[in-house]
Amino acid sequence: MRDVAVIGVGMTSFGELWETPLRSLWAEAALAALDDAGIDKVDLITIGCMSSGLFTGQEHLASLLADELGMAGVPATRVESACASGGLAVRAAFAEVAAGLSDTVLVTGVEKMTDVDGADATYALGTAADSEWEGFHGVTFPGLYAMLARVHMQKYGTTREQLAQVAVKNHANGLLNPHAQYHLKIDVDGVLNSTAVADPLNLFDCSPVTDGAAALVLTTVERAREIAGGKPVVVITGSGMATDTVTLANRGELAELGAVKLAGERAYAMAGRKPEDINLVEVHDCFTIAEIMATEALGFFAPGQGGPAVEQGLTSLHGRIPVNTSGGLKSKGHPVGATGVAQIVEITTQLRGQAGQRQVEGAKIGMAQNMGGSGGSSVVHILEVI
Amino acid sequence: MSVGIVGYGAFVPRRRIKLEEIAKVWGADAPAYKRGLQLFEKSVPGADEDTVTMSVEATRNALARSGGVDPAEIGALYVGSESHPYAVKPSGTIVSEAIGAVPVLHVADLEFACKAGTESLFIAQALVKAGEVKYAVGIGADTSQGAPGDALEYSAAAGAAAFIFGADKDLILAEIIDTYSWTTDTPDFWRREYMHYPRHGSRFTGEPAYFRHTMNSAQGMMDKAELEPKDFAHAIFHQPNGKFPMRVGKKLGFTHEQLETGWLSPWLGNTYSGASPIGLTAVLDIASPGDLILLTSFGSGAGSDSFVIRVTDRISEVQNLAPKTRAQLDENKIYLEYGAYAKLRGKIRMAE
Repeated sequence: MRDVAVIGVGMTSFGELWETPLRSLWAEAALAALDDAGIDKVDLITIGCMSSGLFTGQEHLASLLADELGMAGVPATRVESACASGGLAVRAAFAEVAAGLSDTVLVTGVEKMTDVDGADATYALGTAADSEWEGFHGVTFPGLYAMLARVHMQKYGTTREQLAQVAVKNHANGLLNPHAQYHLKIDVDGVLNSTAVADPLNLFDCSPVTDGAAALVLTTVERAREIAGGKPVVVITGSGMATDTVTLANRGELAELGAVKLAGERAYAMAGRKPEDINLVEVHDCFTIAEIMATEALGFFAPGQGGPAVEQGLTSLHGRIPVNTSGGLKSKGHPVGATGVAQIVEITTQLRGQAGQRQVEGAKIGMAQNMGGSGGSSVVHILEVI
Repeated sequence: MSVGIVGYGAFVPRRRIKLEEIAKVWGADAPAYKRGLQLFEKSVPGADEDTVTMSVEATRNALARSGGVDPAEIGALYVGSESHPYAVKPSGTIVSEAIGAVPVLHVADLEFACKAGTESLFIAQALVKAGEVKYAVGIGADTSQGAPGDALEYSAAAGAAAFIFGADKDLILAEIIDTYSWTTDTPDFWRREYMHYPRHGSRFTGEPAYFRHTMNSAQGMMDKAELEPKDFAHAIFHQPNGKFPMRVGKKLGFTHEQLETGWLSPWLGNTYSGASPIGLTAVLDIASPGDLILLTSFGSGAGSDSFVIRVTDRISEVQNLAPKTRAQLDENKIYLEYGAYAKLRGKIRMAE
């Protein structure tokens, strides 16, 4: 297996980008990543996108977008695993380069979510749940995560305030990220008093509906070293993926995200790393409870200690293990297919020492955890700077 | 030639429903709605109140303040509304008959979502300015529709405002100094033929629609007239809820004091075509000679009309000649429960 490096990163600003269509968002991010890499030819394009069909009425994305870049002829693959589509597109590209099938791959993630109204967006996102056993009965994602939150609170004593502190921390980080959807300082009271969505989750516990795209260029470490000309190279040292029951009712343990745990263990094993080695992590905080559960599943905190950890500031920008320095899905925004790719953009930027005001000093090893549905799939990557 | 308002009047129905009463029915979070939209209650039209009757009431109040304008000398009358009682058959003819302005006048019904009211003002004052007619009446009136359970149901209200324009210097109580309109094709809210209730693009109705158009229109108006926010005594913006007009006003550099007199929506709701025109009547009710007023409407679809208005010495003579807007808003209220409200708004299906 060949070693794989990230040689280019790019992303659009995230937000309600009413005037920009999917293809333009995608091309902006793709061109930024190619420019950053300093190349203009790739052997493959992978695209993470959850539901361009329901959000914009457009399928057959891979060919459409290759053509948008003037690259018709290049192989292109769309990858879907609900909100983990982006992470899985990274993993598919990683596997291609590692296996020697392609030398250089443009990895992209995109979602254009504001062409439909709130009800249609909720429906489209809801297709990531089990449509027969969950969706048809009326439950939507805030409801599913609210159930997970309830179980976690009951089993471990996680508090409403601890959930709120996740949002407060991520908004504080988002203030320092020029690409973030919200540059908005919030406090615990603001979260506790925001509109109820699905008890115990309020509006400020939920990630928003977002338009955006992100892109990476992956190649072999040998080629990356040639291109870098002595500058630091960021290498993907671990990639893990796992599935779990899509249906919550079929899951044995609701206070734990099994797919995240398994995907994390696989990534750690490939990289030869332990949780203590990781300097910063981007986790899939689609809801505040998801961040707490993800940090536990990845081994940063013992089960039940994720809430107290946020309260003690262990996950803040200058804490023991900074979590979601980008602002996370909560503040940076969550264009679902783009999220997993944007997480790697953040980790790479941090490892290159280019994160500006939100830079984690001396960051050498970072992790990104992307998740589909209510934990039915998860993709974890470990990146290291050499 | 200087053109201005020679008479103005408003009409607000007596019936109200509180936001909590609506929220209770739909299991919604009333405190969060109140905080988020800054809406507390809204007006509800009675069984015998519609766009036409409210327009007549408002125009009669305007005539009372007009210093004896002979209705027969009114050469044009426009009713802006998105709730004309008839799909085909004008509201304006009924209003014209009721006030005695028929038969020698030009009449039209206008529609541009919430902007139809200021459209009628815009056209009426322009015709007087052009010398085509001696007096012209512009009316904004609506019994606004909002689907049961929709966010719009918390705001859709009823009310009307009417303005008589003329060029007679002795009669002008507020001079129209300048106008400016800003329009694009932005489909943020619509109702197609045979649809009972309008549809809206939820969050799309905010930044790309309301804020973009009101900001550009108001700023363009001030740039054109070489005025700044501090030059105005009052500013009135279209008020689909309590939050938006305050936010747009403050973004443009107006103070709370400049905005509060014409800010009626927290207690009136959104009277659609009537919204910013009724706000203007509330300002005229207390304005002093020499006051400069900025009026900026917004209509989905989308566009904004702005007016710079200067109050004359005559204002103090007319303010008490008809019911004031704040008094109509604050006094003699009848609170409804949701059932009676649903009946009055035609939301109950009757035997055929």
